[in-house]
Amino acid sequence: MRFSLHDGPGIRTTVFFKGCPLACRWCHNPESQSFEPEALYYAERCIHCGDCLRACPHGVTLEACRRCTDCVTACPAEARRVAGREMTLGEILREIERDRLFFDESGGGVTFSGGEPLAQAPLLEALLTACRERRIHTTLETCGAAPRTALLRAAALAGLVLYDVKLLDAARHREYTGASNGGILENLRALIAAGANVAVRIPLIPGVNDREEDIRGYRDFFRDVRPIRVDLLPYHRAGTEKYGRLGRACPFHGIAPPSAHHMAAIAAELSLTGVPVKIAG
Amino acid sequence: MTERVARLRQQSLDAVPRLSLERARLITEFYRGSTEALSEPVRRARAFEYVMERKSICIGPDELIVGERGPAPKATPTYPELCCHSLEDLAILDTREKITYRVDDEARRIQAEEIIPYWQGRSMRDRIFTAMTPEWQDAYAAGIFTEFMEQRAPGHTVLGEVIYRRGLLSLQAEVDEALARLDFLNDPLAWDRQQELQAMHIAAGAVMRFAERHADLAARMAAETTDAVASAELSRIAEVCRRVPARAPRNFREALQAYWFIHLGVITELNTWDSFSPGRLDQHLAPFYENGLADGSLDRESARELLECFWIKFNNQPAPPKVGVTAAESGTYTDFCNINTGGLKPDGSDGVNEVTYLMLDVIDEMRLLQPSSNLQLSRKNPDRFLKRGLEIVRKGWGQPSIFNADMVVEELLRQGKSIEDARRGGISGCVETGAFGREAYILTGYFNSAKVLEITLNNGCDPRTQKQIGPRTGDPRDFHSYQELFEAFRAQMRHFVDVKIRGNNVIERLYARFMPAPFLSLVVEDCIARGRDYNDGGPRYNTTYIMGTAPASVTDCLSALRRHVFERGTVAMPDLLAALANDFEGSEKLRLQLSLQTPKFGNDDEYADGILRDVFDLFYDLINGRPNTKGGFYRVNYLSTTCHVYFGSVTGATPDGRRAWEPLSDGISPAQGADRLGPTAVIRSAARLDHARTGGTLLNQKFTPQVVEGEEGLDHLARLVRTYFRMDGHHIQFNVVTAETLREAQRHPEQHRDLIVRVAGYSDYFCDLTPALQNEIIARTEQTAW
Repeated sequence: MRFSLHDGPGIRTTVFFKGCPLACRWCHNPESQSFEPEALYYAERCIHCGDCLRACPHGVTLEACRRCTDCVTACPAEARRVAGREMTLGEILREIERDRLFFDESGGGVTFSGGEPLAQAPLLEALLTACRERRIHTTLETCGAAPRTALLRAAALAGLVLYDVKLLDAARHREYTGASNGGILENLRALIAAGANVAVRIPLIPGVNDREEDIRGYRDFFRDVRPIRVDLLPYHRAGTEKYGRLGRACPFHGIAPPSAHHMAAIAAELSLTGVPVKIAG
Repeated sequence: MTERVARLRQQSLDAVPRLSLERARLITEFYRGSTEALSEPVRRARAFEYVMERKSICIGPDELIVGERGPAPKATPTYPELCCHSLEDLAILDTREKITYRVDDEARRIQAEEIIPYWQGRSMRDRIFTAMTPEWQDAYAAGIFTEFMEQRAPGHTVLGEVIYRRGLLSLQAEVDEALARLDFLNDPLAWDRQQELQAMHIAAGAVMRFAERHADLAARMAAETTDAVASAELSRIAEVCRRVPARAPRNFREALQAYWFIHLGVITELNTWDSFSPGRLDQHLAPFYENGLADGSLDRESARELLECFWIKFNNQPAPPKVGVTAAESGTYTDFCNINTGGLKPDGSDGVNEVTYLMLDVIDEMRLLQPSSNLQLSRKNPDRFLKRGLEIVRKGWGQPSIFNADMVVEELLRQGKSIEDARRGGISGCVETGAFGREAYILTGYFNSAKVLEITLNNGCDPRTQKQIGPRTGDPRDFHSYQELFEAFRAQMRHFVDVKIRGNNVIERLYARFMPAPFLSLVVEDCIARGRDYNDGGPRYNTTYIMGTAPASVTDCLSALRRHVFERGTVAMPDLLAALANDFEGSEKLRLQLSLQTPKFGNDDEYADGILRDVFDLFYDLINGRPNTKGGFYRVNYLSTTCHVYFGSVTGATPDGRRAWEPLSDGISPAQGADRLGPTAVIRSAARLDHARTGGTLLNQKFTPQVVEGEEGLDHLARLVRTYFRMDGHHIQFNVVTAETLREAQRHPEQHRDLIVRVAGYSDYFCDLTPALQNEIIARTEQTAW
């Protein structure tokens, strides 16, 4: 995605790696969870021509979809679109290079995001190395659920690491993301100890990790673990519609975004640690 | 703003545009007298003098800068010697839905009894339409091009620095010296020059007399009022009007008043296109401002108040009414006066000064339709200047637009201007490049290349009228290659460009002969030295422009034909032609295929952008460098004002999937909804056009307020601009859209596919969001409306 403005400094191009080891219930990019390309269905664009049905080798219904994406190629109206495509290192670099002058002018660069980029560590490392050679600033956005050596190697090549911390409570983390947070938190400590340029991002999900005890936990945590900055990302509902387009039920709905007032109070509380806190919007 | 300014501004906003027949009456009275023995320049000068001596003048309460074109604010004169309105025209002006002008019964009576009987058949409009060939008439009626000079006079003119250094008395003395030097024995044009110079002398006197009349009125009002403060202010007005423009201004206020009288002179003499502009106003005013601060006679606040009073004066002058095709191509009250800020000084150094920032404050505070304003942004200008401008831009009322000052210089150098004259240049109208105070750069009409492509696909026939108006370049069903199609398109383009240029060359001579502008000539450099009129090659530089429109639509059409018909064979030419003829009725799948599966301009796509370059080269090669009748050359630029809507309304369905009669793309912007990869891709595509070979291009970008909010948003905008200009882009303007636009996008998503909105921590295409989310964003946009 070009002209990406909110994942690192300046004007950026974000490369989304498809596939994620976590399955956060509030995920607003559900199409990035699976490692395979997936077809999305935009009902409002459909002209009901039936070409997708005729093209489908599996006798298409959304439930029976095997994700071959033949329907996407057949659709004239862009009602069926594919999320994810296979690209080589060279193709990705060519896309990145297109906005080179915007990066130079704005102090921007490229952000590797996901999904989880470290799930494809060899490619990520090659990209980070190539960008370093080309003097393009890189940001790595990670959920931290990755082998430590790969993480440390990638972080050493990246200009900035945006590191997601969801929940400190191990049981709740497992409940809401489907995975343990033990390795994630240990990785973060190791990363900071290794001197990487790390900002932590916390998606604030009402009722999940914005309770008083959660905030106290974060406060104590950041007195000990010192990233360069903490970004608070208030929960938003923009991703909920995508579940329907993927033919999935949205696991997390009916939750209202946190109020600006609540966000400001949390930011103030966390600022007491001396780590700069920013509310992203 | 001060209470005075607030009152004057409100009066200007409340004033209703109306027609004033006073000028038409005076001109007619004068022409009816025994004037036929006079040479044309002297006759025009005497007519001008007759009007300036007699027209009603007014000085409103609280005014600091005085003078109106009509008898009152927004009372708009007509120019029957250019275009004599029929009674039906007047009824349309009075009742049409948009851009109305009130016409009262008395005006209708005068038009019927005095104006029409004299001017019908004598106006320039009549002369022009009579002189045009049948080929021209056909092409004009089909909507292949428009003709600027059929209702308004050549203009597009921007004043240089002369009036801030010299008064009209001094210019008159220069005219007299030139008269004394005339060599009747060796110069075959000595008599022509003599007549022109005498006309300039008379015209200078007319404007000085006009200022004197204001001085007399102010003095009389000062004597009559019992209000001591008002009396003092009126006496000051009288003093200023006795000084300028006869003699050079001595201070900030006199400089503004001097310009304003010159401005009124130019736009009363003739109805010049794009009104008239003060050019590098910040640079012209800087010495007066600094001196005023130094000697204590001026402070920032009083300078601001004077500038704001000056601004309101522009807003009081709606464009004289247009009818017919000309109203469609440029439907607005704006008269296109466009004030430049920043840029370079003639020596090439940074031109931003304190008055620049003061003017930007004024623009921000005034928020008036007129005058338009722009930033001339050089790489030498500081970011403070750019960001102050962008702060105003993101408030979403469309001003100021932003130009690449370094590119403007390069464009002017390429056209043969000296480096100093190029740096003194800038833009006027919408985006048009010119050497201020030294050049007549005349826009002659928009050119509808998309329509020419439609005619190419119909072997020279206009499918709308079934009339054969172009050469027979072959039935496209017989074309075996894209190249064959392109060559047929080239042949059609050559035909219609030749028709247009032939017409232009005749019209230029008609203006040179029958409509000289001696007052305008007086203030444009080299007219006096050459003894020639502005409309007859008097200025140092003389350029004639034909304006390209909708290069993106044409590119997308050719791209669709090339990809689907000739390369992939996914669409057969006969099927495509049949679908176009039926406006895609029953061929929605084909239409979507053409619309969505064609590489389109604006996506940083080498395939589409390569076609754009071919489209540009074709237009450029047919026009650039051809001689006009005034010793200058033809050039091209790309803009459309509202003409892409008119041109769309005469152009049937097109191979890019556009339905019949819908608008074409505007300026050099991508076709509505064609760009899908965001602004950096649009900018990369737009930069593939060779702006240096144009005299201006126009690129529109849309954002919602959320994308550009905060210091970061401002910085992103600034970086986008700087990068586009680093790639040699000419101009960019940002529309920060309102909730109303978003609602419109909900109703017509196909027109707004390119609309990016900040959703929550990220940005997305508005049309790709569900209705519920769209509504949420609309609600939020209203909440955070500026």
